Order: sequence, then structure tokens, then C-alpha cells
Amino acid sequence: MRRLWRWLIPLAVLPVLVLLAYGFRMSPRDIPSPLLDKPAPTFALTTLEGAPLMLAAHRGKVVVLNFWASWCYPGCYEEAPILEKNWRAYRERGVVVLGVAIQDRREAAEKFVRDFGLTFPNAQDLTGTVSVDFGVYGVPETFFLDRQGRIRVKHVSAVTDVVFRETVERLLAETAR
Amino acid sequence: MRAALRLLVAAALVAAATSSASASSKTVSEETVHEVAAQLRCVVCQNLSVADSPSEMAGQMRAIIRERLAAGESPDAVQAYFVQRYGEWILLSPPRRGFNLLVWLLPLVAVAAGLAIVAILIARWTRRPRGAAEPVVVDAAMSERIRREVERGS
Repeated sequence: MRRLWRWLIPLAVLPVLVLLAYGFRMSPRDIPSPLLDKPAPTFALTTLEGAPLMLAAHRGKVVVLNFWASWCYPGCYEEAPILEKNWRAYRERGVVVLGVAIQDRREAAEKFVRDFGLTFPNAQDLTGTVSVDFGVYGVPETFFLDRQGRIRVKHVSAVTDVVFRETVERLLAETAR
Repeated sequence: MRAALRLLVAAALVAAATSSASASSKTVSEETVHEVAAQLRCVVCQNLSVADSPSEMAGQMRAIIRERLAAGESPDAVQAYFVQRYGEWILLSPPRRGFNLLVWLLPLVAVAAGLAIVAILIARWTRRPRGAAEPVVVDAAMSERIRREVERGS
């Protein structure tokens, strides 16, 4: 009996340690979005060139909505060429890439677009309304929308070539049925 | 001509400034905004509320809170909007229902268990050891003898 008690106190610490070990290994960024499979919030912004940018205008296409910032190094710098390359490769197949710069200065955002030679529409979210509507935590984050305008995939961190192509191909195939 | 134009621009600016100021400050107190913001986690920080964070994102979120309250939404509805976008994660204190109850109840259970253990240990430590000798009965003759021997100092 006495022996059991002696072991009980150190043993009681064990579940706490296990809980801490589990908790500290989780990334605080890996939080499932409650918006998945729901219709994407609509927005109307103005591109850096001054043209209107409305999500609703792209209904019927697979939309790749990318949130970025010029200060987001290296993530946004890694994915920018990939987004541009795939936008050129897929634009004829009913895919549109839209960029939204958040928490950025206009000149810096314009320079970013110039430096990477981005030709897809890019707009600034000056008030943060669009970011919050999409539940954006940070940059880069990318949302893949199907042709019905539903958010199907949320990708946190830089988009890779493989992620872009596999996700877009899947969404294209799915809606072509 | 130029002076007239300047006057017109100035008038427009003043009008815009006063109208926007009256639209937001008349209905929404900074206190209410702070109350809602204090319940929400700043999404770009770790362990800071939207009310406490100096980040730009938190500033924008406070502006959104203010705007929604000004549009006539209740504080609960504004909170629900953020939960709908970010999930319950954004609430600094998890709602008291379902699995979350564990977070609220476990500390109480732990404190109760701790108190119980302390009570048991104190009872055990202060208990007289079993089988201890009965106190010796000292009668008058005995105490007289003890007194004598103590006085004699041997």
C-alpha cells in the first residue's frame, strides 16, 4: 500500500507531460478553416492598375485566390513565379488567379508585382475586410474555389507547383463531369 | 476661379470629416469596441487579444468591429461573425459546452483532489500512533516523591 503511494505521485505527472508533449508539437498555425466547402465571401476591390476586381465576375471558373504581402519573405517570393507560370498555363482552361495584397504599402506592392512580372489581377485590401471575411491569419495563404464559387482548399504557406497543378486539375476535372 | 475651387474642396473635406465622425462615434463607444476586441484572439500574434495587440491586422479588426457595431449589430453578433470566419479558435475563452467543459472543470477537479490529499495527509500525521502507552497515572504520593528527588538534585 505504502509502495503504491510512493509511485502514485510521480505517475500522476505522466499524463500532464504527455499532454504538454502533444500540445507543443502542434503548430499553432494548423487550424482548420470553418469556411471549407462553403460559398466564398464576395468582395469588390480595385486592382493596382485601377480596374475593378470582383470575385462574383469569375463565377464558373476555378479561382485561385492568393493573399500576399511584399514584406512576406520568403514565402510570397517563392510562390509568385509559380502563380504567374501557372496562371499563364491555365488561363485558357477556365482558371483565374487573383492576388490580394494585405497590410502593404501601395508602392511596395506595385514594386513586387513589377519585379515578378505578375500579369494576373492584383488588388490591395486596405481595410482588412476581405482578409477577415476569408479568415486569413497571415501570408501567404491561398484559397482554391470551385466553379460554383465554394472554397474547396485552403493552403497555408507558399504554394508549390505540385500543389497548384494537382488542386486545379482536380477541381477542373470534377466540374467538367 | 482657383480660390472658389479651393473653397469647394475644403468644404467637401470638412463635410466628409464631420459626417464620418458623427456616423461612427455617435452610436459606438470605444468601450464596447474594446469589450468585443478583448474576447477575440489577434490572429497574427500569439496569445494576445485584438484589443491588446499593436499589429496592423488587429487595428483593422478593431475597425471592422467598430463598423459592424455602428451598423447596428449586437456585440454577440459581431463575435459570431468572427467565429464564423475563424472558428472557435478565435475566442480567447472557449465556450462552456461539450468537450470544452473539460477545460473549465479539470482545474476544479484537480484543486478538489489536491485538497482531499492534503486533508488525508494532515489527518494521518496528527493521528496518535496506535498502541501507544497509556499515560502514567501520577498519584499524590508519587508526585511528592518526584518533587523531593528533583529538589535534592540527583
